[in-house]
Amino acid sequence: MTELEPVEVLLDRIASELEAKRLERPLMIGIHTGGVWVAQRLHERLGLPEPLGTLDIAFHRDDFSRIGMQPQVRPSRLPFDVDDRHVILVDDVLYTGRTVRAALNEIFDYGRPASVLLAVLVDRGGRELPIAADVTGQRLELPPGQQLKLQGPDPLSMVIRAQA
Amino acid sequence: MNLQLDQDGRLRHFLTVEGLPPALLTQILDTAESFSSVIGKSVKKVPLLRGRTVMNLFFEASTRTRTTFELAAKRLSADVINLDISTSSAVKGESLLDTLWTLEAMQCDMFVVRHRDSGAAHFIARHVRPGVSVINAGDGRHAHPTQAMLDMFTIRQHKGDFAPLVVAIVGDILHSRVARSQIHALNALGVAEVRVIGPRTLLPRDIDDLGARVFYDMRSGLRDVDVVCMLRLQRERMEGALLPSEAEFFRRYGLTEDKLALAKPDAIVMHPGPINRGVEIDSAVADGPRSVILPQVTNGIAVRMAVMSLAMQATGEAA
Repeated sequence: MTELEPVEVLLDRIASELEAKRLERPLMIGIHTGGVWVAQRLHERLGLPEPLGTLDIAFHRDDFSRIGMQPQVRPSRLPFDVDDRHVILVDDVLYTGRTVRAALNEIFDYGRPASVLLAVLVDRGGRELPIAADVTGQRLELPPGQQLKLQGPDPLSMVIRAQA
Repeated sequence: MNLQLDQDGRLRHFLTVEGLPPALLTQILDTAESFSSVIGKSVKKVPLLRGRTVMNLFFEASTRTRTTFELAAKRLSADVINLDISTSSAVKGESLLDTLWTLEAMQCDMFVVRHRDSGAAHFIARHVRPGVSVINAGDGRHAHPTQAMLDMFTIRQHKGDFAPLVVAIVGDILHSRVARSQIHALNALGVAEVRVIGPRTLLPRDIDDLGARVFYDMRSGLRDVDVVCMLRLQRERMEGALLPSEAEFFRRYGLTEDKLALAKPDAIVMHPGPINRGVEIDSAVADGPRSVILPQVTNGIAVRMAVMSLAMQATGEAA
């Protein structure tokens, strides 16, 4: 199995790939909780002038009727108008794709962005929806029984553990 | 076992604040806070109750409560049916059950019930099939729990912590389901002191058991309070010889700038509405800088969204 690279290395890689895209006045949105930590680092590295947006997708999940309300839903904060803007959506781990599906739905409740680009720290495979990241720090294949978790907020580190 | 909770202690029906664990009340407030951000979006909707059907069952007239329940359900993406069932005479138990079973046969998931009789929502909750939730939108003189929770939400929004607060509830406590629910909620959330202010004839006999300090004189009762909760004077009570006249009531228990000056400088003024200007509250106060009467209405939507979604998650597995 591939070794996990240090988070700082992954962040540098993502930041430089995002810079290479030369997006016009991009906005950045992180998904709670790990995605926000990653987005804070990237937002700083890219020196984006507008504040970072945060999204809690708990109200848009597709498993509400099965597992119910999430404890501690933090309000989503998008302190800008997303209409006609290029949005960089950031999450820590890309797995089934359901979180990203929910996040896209929520973003479109605020307006109609010109484009949305997905940046993730780690893509661990196991997709259940037709969703792909545009910028990925690292790719690895993890069996379903294992959980990849970002610990933070300071410092950030990735850990692999057996699913509870 | 508490009829309101499922076996895991989650909210299944919301009938009264009385007897609910404080942590659950805090969960309602926290969830409502998250929902209040939904109002800032251009699409003011979340899909939590998509495909669910909510029936607003109003046996007693109401505009703001019914409208905010309807809006709350719609913002959760539920389908909403409003049924205004007039009651010239009290609805008999049997016909109420027939109504209920007919509506259940239409596969609804939640009843929001307002009824003139105390205990009506409990009665319905005892008879609905598993998987159906009942929310009390006011029953007789008994309880109006979502109003109390939106009041708690408004207090927390302005004051932060409940612990140091002195809260005064003023007016017709005897006939007020709002006052009863407020007293239970304030005590559960641990305020420093709950005061009730009103004439002897409009205070319930069990007021001491409810956990409130009684004041017959408004000026002494308002001294140094953080929150003033005014109640609507039910004008129809005037004829029952419980009160001399509206003018006399206003003179003694109407909230004026002059009386409000005795409260803390940053005290807020609440009222469940609809307000009787010049009877229980002066227009200068109702429209003044310390009034949070309109924010209460706005908060009512988020709080009702919270209660509905929490109740539906508990029943979700059974459905």
